[in-house]
Amino acid sequence: MIKTQGLTRRFGDFTAVREVSFELQEGQTLALIGPSGCGKTTTLKMLNRLITPSAGNVWVNGQDISQQPVVQLRRQMGYVIQDMGLFPHYTVAENIAVVPRLLGWEVSKIKARTGALLEQLGLDTGAFAQKYPNELSGGQQQRVGIARALAANPPIVLMDEPFGALDPLTRQQIRRDFMELEELRSKTTIMVTHDIEEAFEMGSLVCLLNRGEVQQLAPPETLLQSPANEFVADFVAEKAAQLELRSAKLRDIFSELPEAPPLPGNALPLSPTLPLLRAIYRLAKARGKHPLGSTTYQGQQRYFTLPLLIEAFKNNLQSWAN
Amino acid sequence: MGELITFFSDNQEKVMEQVLEHIGLTFISLLLAAVIAIPAGIFITRRPRLSGGVLAFTGILQTIPSIALLGFLIPILGIGLKPAIFALFLYALLPILRNTYTGISEVDAAVKEAALGIGLSKGQLLRQVELPLALPVIFAGLRTATVINVGVATLAAYIGAGGLGEFIFGGIALNNATMILAGALPAALLAIIFDQLLALLQNTNARKLSKAGKPLLLIIPLLSSAYFWPQAYAPGWSAGFPPEFMGRPDGYQKVVDTYGVDFTTTILNNALMYKAVYESEVDVISGYATDGRVEAFRLRQLEDDRHAFPPYYCAPIVQKKLAEENKKLTETLNLLAGRINDSVMTVLNHRVDFDKISPEQVARDFLKAEGLWRADQKQGGETLIIGSKIFTEQYILVELFSQLINGYTDYDVDTRPGLGGTKICFDALRNGEIDLYPEYTGTGLQVLLNPPQDTLERIITQPDAVYQYVSREFEAQYGLKWLAPLGFNNTYALMMREAQAESMDIKSISDLIRQQ
Repeated sequence: MIKTQGLTRRFGDFTAVREVSFELQEGQTLALIGPSGCGKTTTLKMLNRLITPSAGNVWVNGQDISQQPVVQLRRQMGYVIQDMGLFPHYTVAENIAVVPRLLGWEVSKIKARTGALLEQLGLDTGAFAQKYPNELSGGQQQRVGIARALAANPPIVLMDEPFGALDPLTRQQIRRDFMELEELRSKTTIMVTHDIEEAFEMGSLVCLLNRGEVQQLAPPETLLQSPANEFVADFVAEKAAQLELRSAKLRDIFSELPEAPPLPGNALPLSPTLPLLRAIYRLAKARGKHPLGSTTYQGQQRYFTLPLLIEAFKNNLQSWAN
Repeated sequence: MGELITFFSDNQEKVMEQVLEHIGLTFISLLLAAVIAIPAGIFITRRPRLSGGVLAFTGILQTIPSIALLGFLIPILGIGLKPAIFALFLYALLPILRNTYTGISEVDAAVKEAALGIGLSKGQLLRQVELPLALPVIFAGLRTATVINVGVATLAAYIGAGGLGEFIFGGIALNNATMILAGALPAALLAIIFDQLLALLQNTNARKLSKAGKPLLLIIPLLSSAYFWPQAYAPGWSAGFPPEFMGRPDGYQKVVDTYGVDFTTTILNNALMYKAVYESEVDVISGYATDGRVEAFRLRQLEDDRHAFPPYYCAPIVQKKLAEENKKLTETLNLLAGRINDSVMTVLNHRVDFDKISPEQVARDFLKAEGLWRADQKQGGETLIIGSKIFTEQYILVELFSQLINGYTDYDVDTRPGLGGTKICFDALRNGEIDLYPEYTGTGLQVLLNPPQDTLERIITQPDAVYQYVSREFEAQYGLKWLAPLGFNNTYALMMREAQAESMDIKSISDLIRQQ
């Protein structure tokens, strides 16, 4: 889907990013993480050519992006930044409609799309569509920012510290809503964050950078279990417990789950690689429709209820004590 | 206040015309400045390295004193509309340029990054994001420029571009506070009105402002064209008159009353009107009969066949007491009586104005030629102060008087030429700050004495009767004595280009009216 090879950027004598290469499949999320000045934002901005690479290439669907008209390229990539950058002179609806309008969508289609996105992001269309950004809270602004990035249905979304400007509570909330967005599941997402918990929670791949160089590029649990070097080990050590908690997946407790539905009803199917915490969250949210959930791993299907999952999670915590 | 209202109702047309001209001048230049400064302001946000230099340069333009700027422009752009607009244009540049630059630079960097990041092109970023967001600041710049221009546009009257400055400078020349106010008050009102209107626009939000922008694009050119409305239906010869002539009862008004003529008048600075008629900017000017420039610019004086202008025979006037106590002084000054006729005076003026010979030298040459010159008597006598008004002829006369008195009497002469207008010299003489100055009978009659209408009509066409009248009245009313007239009659005279007058066979003002 998106692939980089030897991506390098120099500012004068200073090399901000050195030889970054990765490849992402459709639907994957890459979290770029590292200390300040490690080159993560620079890397991200080279993907939509806000910054021109000094060396290296980016391919999207096999096409070298340096050969594409830059404006078209960017319209196929959603872009969300920390400071939101909503247009203060446009209403919420107009902000969301910017790219579809540039792409020449019909008015009715734009309107339907805007309404649907607002609804998905939990903003009531009637109440918010005609408001101006300065009338919104930070969290609401960030939702609008995300809606604007998704409006034209880009296959790729780039996010630069998308939740960085929010207070911790709002941040948690938005992040959850965000991960639950139907829209986003199929997107290929590259996000920059300095919050390692966020990276582990959201990334299917984590890329840890230091001084412009990739330290390790792997699924989150690999960074915990087999850090590539001392820097990685130190970086994850401080929050190892929380990270482990977040990286515990449904399949890790698969053997503890009953083979037969413990009660009748419509089961919510969940992926076995879904982190346990998220599985609990999703099931809690879907309680009205789905009294229980199910997952399939290595050809076997297992069922669970919310109390059962929470029990399993507790056991998981208990295992640390032993 | 009552006087002001009377003035307005008496001069309705003129006031309207000046207000329209003023609005026109303000907005033509504003429009030009906006057309240049807004794109330039945008350009320097894209080339930050240039911004310092460009802003500093326009800042320097702003500091040039307005009169000096107009002076620089005359050799390049002549007189009239062009230099006035150019000067106003230069003054309007800085506020618009600076505010455009600031407004666009201050658009939130995050907004710009997001705009580019989601795929706006640079042009779309400018049109859809930067300009709308910078608009209130740009508007503030336009507002500042408008107020500056309304103020500076008064100076356009110096170079014949009209506007409310005509009343202001006319009022100053005639020491007429009502007239000054008649110009200053509407100018101040215009400044306040435009400022408030633009403030209203500026305070509406950017969205409404972008909508208002379009009608505004129409309104500004419309206001600009206001300058030309008065001209569109203006009748008659085009004439350039200095403020004093326009305002004096024996000036323009007298010509209109006597001949029933209608000119399209342009107010021109005294020093500029000869050049203006010479270069066909106007066809008629009001010169002085003995002015050296009549020769230099090849002008024809039109005969005042219906005696609109009173005689202006020149004679020294002195304190009566001084004249009676010093017969020697009186006798000395009377040596010049009748010796200088119109053409002699014109030549003397020409030598100073065009041959650039000092008044002192010209006076000595003349006295020598007349056999009147004597070397300076002994020093150390009583001091006698001679004053004069502020034009060439008076400077020469002061020198003539001074050299004669030095040569023939024990006085030590102190000269104070160029004191200012009639009123200043007259007051200085009455207060004893000066002892004598050259005055003209017509001025004494109409400006200083202002006799009843019937008396005026009875004597006005007879030079001797006027002289008798002013002599008698000055002695009685002010204790001042008119000495013997020098001989020339420096009356107001309408003049036009010799070639044009010749081809149209115009010799007198009556001929001029017939050709209208």
